Formats: sequence, C-alpha cells, structure tokens
Amino acid sequence: MHHTLITLISLAAALLAGTAAAGPRDDLLAGYAAAARTASPAFAGFSAARGKDLHTRAFAAGKADTPACTSCHGQDPRGPGRTLTGKSIEAMALSVTPARYGDPAKVEKWFKRNCNEVLGRACSAQEKGDWLTYMAGQ
Amino acid sequence: MNIPYRPIALACIALLFSGLVLNRAQAGGGHYYAPVADPMVKEECGSCHLAFAPAMLPASSWRRMMADLGNHFGDDASVDADTAARITRYLVDNAADTGGQRFNDKLMRGVAMNNAPLRITELPRWQREHREVPDWEWRHKEVRSKANCVACHAGAERGYYDD
Repeated sequence: MHHTLITLISLAAALLAGTAAAGPRDDLLAGYAAAARTASPAFAGFSAARGKDLHTRAFAAGKADTPACTSCHGQDPRGPGRTLTGKSIEAMALSVTPARYGDPAKVEKWFKRNCNEVLGRACSAQEKGDWLTYMAGQ
Repeated sequence: MNIPYRPIALACIALLFSGLVLNRAQAGGGHYYAPVADPMVKEECGSCHLAFAPAMLPASSWRRMMADLGNHFGDDASVDADTAARITRYLVDNAADTGGQRFNDKLMRGVAMNNAPLRITELPRWQREHREVPDWEWRHKEVRSKANCVACHAGAERGYYDD
C-alpha cells in the first residue's frame, strides 16, 4: 500500500518535472494542433498509434533507398539508427534521448528533409503531431 | 671573441631535424586533415555523414556545394540562408587552397583548384590511396559508403586518416 503511494507520488513528480521541462515541445505540438484544426475541422487530437504507423510504414513515392523512417532510424525507436553513410543516429524516443524536440527549428528542418525523402512530399501538421506524440511517449 | 661555430651548427641541425619529425608526427604521417572546429558547422555538416575536413576540397568546391544544398548528392540538405552563409564562410576560409593549405598534403595533386570538384572520393589522390580496397569491403555492412571514413579510419573524427 505504502509502496503504491510512493510510486504514485514519484510518478506524479516525474510527470510534473517532465511537463515543466517540455516547454518548446508543447508549444510545437500546440502549433501543429492549431494547423491541423485549420486544415480539417474534424481534427480530434493527435494519436500515437497513427504516429507509429507513419514511422514504420513503407512509402513508394519517396526515395528508393529510404522507403520508411525506420530505414535509417531502425525498427526500435528506443535504439540507435544509422544513416546511409554509416553515421549513428541517436534514438528517437524521448525517454532515451531527452534533449530531442526541444528546438522547433531543428524539428521542422528534419521534417522538411525527411518527409520529402521518405514520403515524397511534405508531412501534414496532423502527421507531424501524431509522430511527435508517438516519440514523446516512447 | 671565439665563437663555437661547430656546436651551434650541430644544435641547429638537431633542432631542425626534431622540428621536422615533430611536424610529421603531429600531421599523422601526412594523413592529417584538421577536423571541423566550428560547432555549428559540425552539427549541420556532421549529422548525416562525418563532417569532412574543409582542407579536403578547394574553396571553389565548397562554394559550389553550398549553393545547391537542396540537391546534396541527391539528398535535401537545405539550411536557412544565414546558416548557409556562415557554413560557407568557414569552409571557404579553411579550404585546401586557403587556410587549410598546410593540411591538404598531396590530396590536391592533379586537381584544378577552380574546377570545383564535389566528391572527395573522385580526387585522383584519394582514388590512388584507396585502389587496393576491394569491392566487397566497400559493400560490407559496416562500411556501405565511401563517405563512411570512420569505418576504416578510426581517427577520422579527430582528423587522422592513416591506414
């Protein structure tokens, strides 16, 4: 009983600390949400499940050597990835690489490049939000 | 006054010799290319591949490359204009025919400096140095690309490209 309480309290503290440190990331998500709402009035929030699908699905319209996000980032979001030139990429999961997604310009830079390479088009605000929600929860 | 010419001359020769050896040692047997020192250039040029030493290409090459980052060897590597300008300045200032001259070794042999070659791996000297590397080694899963210098040159990040 005591243990459960302590676990709960420390969990709440961890969550609070998490949200306190997650300023830019929350702003980024809020921005994507606003844009998604403008694009579609039916928008009902982001989904980590859709984000996971986007991350793992193979697309045909992008470049042949990078059909999916996982082509370089690897199957496990908590594990490291590798670029085609052999350079290691730090895990995308926020729990493993806590410094990620803190710089909105950097996030946008990589969405721009990688969506083009993998999907053959820009990602929508909804897709970006879904994906970010998925990674933030990993 | 009696000046001891012989000891002075000997000392000078010894000094000159050790200077040469030291210089050689610092330069990693002539295969040293000062790595990128600017943190921003390192971040922007080094997230997909090793941030290649500016002394590996002439200034004209870096200018040409930086002018077309949207199609960077087939990839979109575009950055905002301010960032691009800063990176370009660093690369051009430290290129093989400018500030990086003392590091370029023999890599620029047979390269027309204003010809703006884009691939380090197509420089005659690079090809000669790697002529004995068999095809299967390039295709090895730990190598995969000729841009993956660290796969074989463990000290590449620090500028050393010895065998």
